[in-house]
Amino acid sequence: MKNLIILGGGTAGTMMANHLNHHLKNPDWLITIIDEKEEHHYQPGYLFLPFDIYTPEDIIKTIDEFIPKGVNLIRQKIDSIDANRNMVMLQNGAVMPYDVLIVATGAKIAPEETEGMQGSEWQKSVFDFYSFEGSLALRNKLRDWEGGKLVVHITEMPIKCPVAPLEFAFLADSFFKHKHMRDKVEITYVTPLSGAFTKPKATEALEHLLEEKHIKIESDFAIERVDNETKEIIDYGGRTIPFDILVTVPTNKGDALMERSGLGDDLNYVPTNKATLQSVAHQNIFVLGDASNIPASKAGSVAHFEAEILTENILNFVHGLPLKEEFDGHANCFIETGNGKALLIDFNYTHEPVEGTFPFPGLGPLRLLKESRMNHMGKLAFRWIYWNVLLKGTHIPFVSATMSESGKHYQ
Amino acid sequence: MNASIAGKEFTVNEEGYLTDFNQWNEQIGESIAAGANITLTPRHWEVIKYLQNEHKSQVALSIRRVGKSGVVDIKEFYALFPNAPLKTATKIAGVPKPASCI
Repeated sequence: MKNLIILGGGTAGTMMANHLNHHLKNPDWLITIIDEKEEHHYQPGYLFLPFDIYTPEDIIKTIDEFIPKGVNLIRQKIDSIDANRNMVMLQNGAVMPYDVLIVATGAKIAPEETEGMQGSEWQKSVFDFYSFEGSLALRNKLRDWEGGKLVVHITEMPIKCPVAPLEFAFLADSFFKHKHMRDKVEITYVTPLSGAFTKPKATEALEHLLEEKHIKIESDFAIERVDNETKEIIDYGGRTIPFDILVTVPTNKGDALMERSGLGDDLNYVPTNKATLQSVAHQNIFVLGDASNIPASKAGSVAHFEAEILTENILNFVHGLPLKEEFDGHANCFIETGNGKALLIDFNYTHEPVEGTFPFPGLGPLRLLKESRMNHMGKLAFRWIYWNVLLKGTHIPFVSATMSESGKHYQ
Repeated sequence: MNASIAGKEFTVNEEGYLTDFNQWNEQIGESIAAGANITLTPRHWEVIKYLQNEHKSQVALSIRRVGKSGVVDIKEFYALFPNAPLKTATKIAGVPKPASCI
């Protein structure tokens, strides 16, 4: 019997287990998935928790309910990977040999990378919303906050879901309006990029929205440290921005397991072929989701599209066939803009987000790069789709793994 | 679009970055630097050469990487190329604007 091991039972790893379970069967193959955690979190829900739109119950389920029967789930901390000997070492001393390894260990926040971020004000006036604890602490703070300077901040790229901090700023605007205290809150959006987003067309649309919502933007800000005494963030050029509440997206890093195993880059992401999803260093290691260094968004939708292509490539690999260079960096993201509306963007490595209709060219019903209620309904419906369709590895009808250019208005 | 310095023609994109590194020379670098009110010192040139070498080895550039390069720390990088150092320095070096992955 051959062994395929998946590291990580989050969005990407769970989808791969469900896909491959249909193809690699006992007694020829044993699929094992390893994750030390008990809970599976719907991470996009962390955005809504601070505003009391979702409750913790909406976003937490258990890992095992999404792992198919026949797949072996091991709940142990992974100590290291010995890629030269094709073995995974667990912290309890167990050694697990593999024929094929899939790395889906994700990315997480590393606030310790910035001086003062986890200082005396951490979770008092300095918050993150990329962890469950951070998001919950922020909810409790916002419930009875009386106003002041709210600074929404990105430390450095790349981050998971690069649109989430913008969505946070938009939702905050809407939240304080509903509480009839918008005039008491000054919202500033601080980014290391030179504009609201990384792609020109979307930046234009999003900056227009920021202006409309009276959210000030401070760009090209590379943070050096957080001053807990004066409550300011300070950049390397000496620029200071004062805050009463700082909502920051700390540096994101891949799992420290990659550092221990000598498989990661300087941010612990695994160097990966961006078209085949095979690791650069080892032919029998494949990487999907946030764990890789490919220049695509770190987002669930990307992992979903990758999973369809990676499934084919794993089967090609085990049958000794050439890998398909098919992954195009396809990402599809709803952007909450507040007041019950949202934008939708659909893009890949080479095509930036533009206006148009989705998924049916000319028909929609969703509109690209334009605010609509329908897009907001799409975003809310997505939680149901995530738990019931996406994790099970079911193909989403009419949405292909590679991006479609039709229905989009390129110049 | 086309530009020319000291009789040498070269092409830049709409943001002023050279589209072909092979067209770059030190005079072009100095001229772009002057446009950003920077007078290039030997220390600037060390950083520029480092960025060009990284570009030639196809390494994706980031402020973090520059800070850990041992060539210059982030504080000094800001002092040499104020405001948006990576963008300014790459433009002077004639290498593409670093793409921030999303």
